[in-house]
Amino acid sequence: MQDTEAALDSEVCFKLKGSRITMTILELYRYDYQSFNDALSATISNAPDFFRQTPVVLSLERCPASAHVDFIELGELCREYGMIPVAVRGGSEQQIVAANVAGLPSLPPASVSSRAPEPAAEPAPVAEEISVPVSANRVITQPVRSGQQVYAPGGDLVVLAPVSAGAEILADGNIHVYAPLRGRALAGVQGDASARIFCQSLEAELISIAGNYKVNEDLQGALWKQAIKAELEGDQLFISPL
Amino acid sequence: MAEIIVVTSGKGGVGKTTTSAAIGTGLALKGHKTVIIDFDVGLRNLDLIMGCERRVVYDFVNVINGEANLNQALIKDKRVDKLNILPASQTRDKDALTLEGVQKVLDELKKTHDFIVCDSPAGIEKGAHMAMYFADRALVVTNPEVSSVRDSDRILGILQSKTLRAEKGEEPVTEHLLLTRYSPDRVERGEMLGVKDVEEILSIPLLGVIPESKAVLSASNQGQPVILDTETDAGQAYDDAVRRLLGEDVEHRFLNSAKKGLFSRMFGGR
Ligand SMILES: Nc1ncnc2c1ncn2[C@@H]1O[C@H](COP(=O)(O)OP(=O)(O)O)[C@@H](O)[C@H]1O
Ligand SMILES: [Mg+2]
Repeated sequence: MQDTEAALDSEVCFKLKGSRITMTILELYRYDYQSFNDALSATISNAPDFFRQTPVVLSLERCPASAHVDFIELGELCREYGMIPVAVRGGSEQQIVAANVAGLPSLPPASVSSRAPEPAAEPAPVAEEISVPVSANRVITQPVRSGQQVYAPGGDLVVLAPVSAGAEILADGNIHVYAPLRGRALAGVQGDASARIFCQSLEAELISIAGNYKVNEDLQGALWKQAIKAELEGDQLFISPL
Repeated sequence: MAEIIVVTSGKGGVGKTTTSAAIGTGLALKGHKTVIIDFDVGLRNLDLIMGCERRVVYDFVNVINGEANLNQALIKDKRVDKLNILPASQTRDKDALTLEGVQKVLDELKKTHDFIVCDSPAGIEKGAHMAMYFADRALVVTNPEVSSVRDSDRILGILQSKTLRAEKGEEPVTEHLLLTRYSPDRVERGEMLGVKDVEEILSIPLLGVIPESKAVLSASNQGQPVILDTETDAGQAYDDAVRRLLGEDVEHRFLNSAKKGLFSRMFGGR
């Protein structure tokens, strides 16, 4: 998040960039456990609250094609600090295979212009556009089944059908479920503490707002299977009847 | 136009093959030209359940590979006039089935059949994908227990996204819940989920409830689909399901234990 001048010299091991779809890009230049860990903990200490359940895309576009990256180890490190790698972007064939094996799908590289030049004198972090059309709010009319994940980046998520146990729904804004909520619901995943969750029947495995969560056993009180709203008061997740 | 029905579940051992045999036979009994295809490459057992294992010469993979034509591979049922069986291959090669190959065979079968029943292997991997990909309808076979319901839920998600209909943006695959191995006594004792619970979790229409029944095992030992045992509870339950599949409005039965049946029916329970 801080100065990025030294992009390619030896001390700096990656750079973070914002993006339009509120996906953080972790741009990797090289990887070894020690320097990655050090750099990561330094970055996190600058902004301890920023990385809570934050999905990140690992960009390999500036990483030498031959560089070996242990994606499993890297993923574990990231998660320790609250970042959740969700995909890689670019990278050599070998790197993509290694990423896939570690459970990370690959996205096509960003537009040619951002990939061609060496990042010698890269300007400060800029909002980067990924050419995916994004409508802020999402409305889902089909049941969200076990194993499925639905995310509304930059807006609210409205689900008009049940969310099964084993399914996960996420939004940068509010979440509305007009049916039983049996899976996991995470609102305000980019840190919006004013986000709320509404559902017609609370049967969830987990609900979370801006990283403050309650798990199933904390939810099984008087409001279980009731219509509820959940909101933050300070950093306390507060559930009340609708 | 022929209709393709996949019998699927995610979980193994829930009654897919039993169901494929019974439903396929039932459709043929009602006068519809039907073929049942075994997609369980390497673990074929539809032919055993149908009692035609000794008549297998060529199989599904042989047809795909052009080593035999369909007429050579199809086994005509000896009991039911309009029924054919296409057995699975014993090959260990999991890649023997390809989408192109499957499509070619299905297209050819469509010309001469009203219903094509696809008996899916367990799991959510390639074999199950092949069996469901071209389906118009899915019978989701579920046992009244949590893990089976969860796997069925997963399969329903895949049916929504990874079928030809989904990929082309056509009308989605029509989904039916078939609850099998249902034991009202155990439901009453709280050992199993009830019909209502499962319906609520999966939220798809209920096609039928097949009771846990000794008749299933004895039918399969004789190599005879249980629907032919018309005196048995499971046979009748499958017959009801076939009639509902064909659009008839048939009341559900076998939902209550034999002793308590009348009592709870008087109070409107089910
Ligand atoms: N309604 C039923 N009552 C009792 N046993 C059943 C019933 N349905 C299936 N079974 C038994 O369960 C086992 C698995 O059935 P099968 O049809 O082979 O399942 P699958 O094809 O899903 O693996 C078999 O031994 C079968 O006899
Ligand atoms: Mg089977």
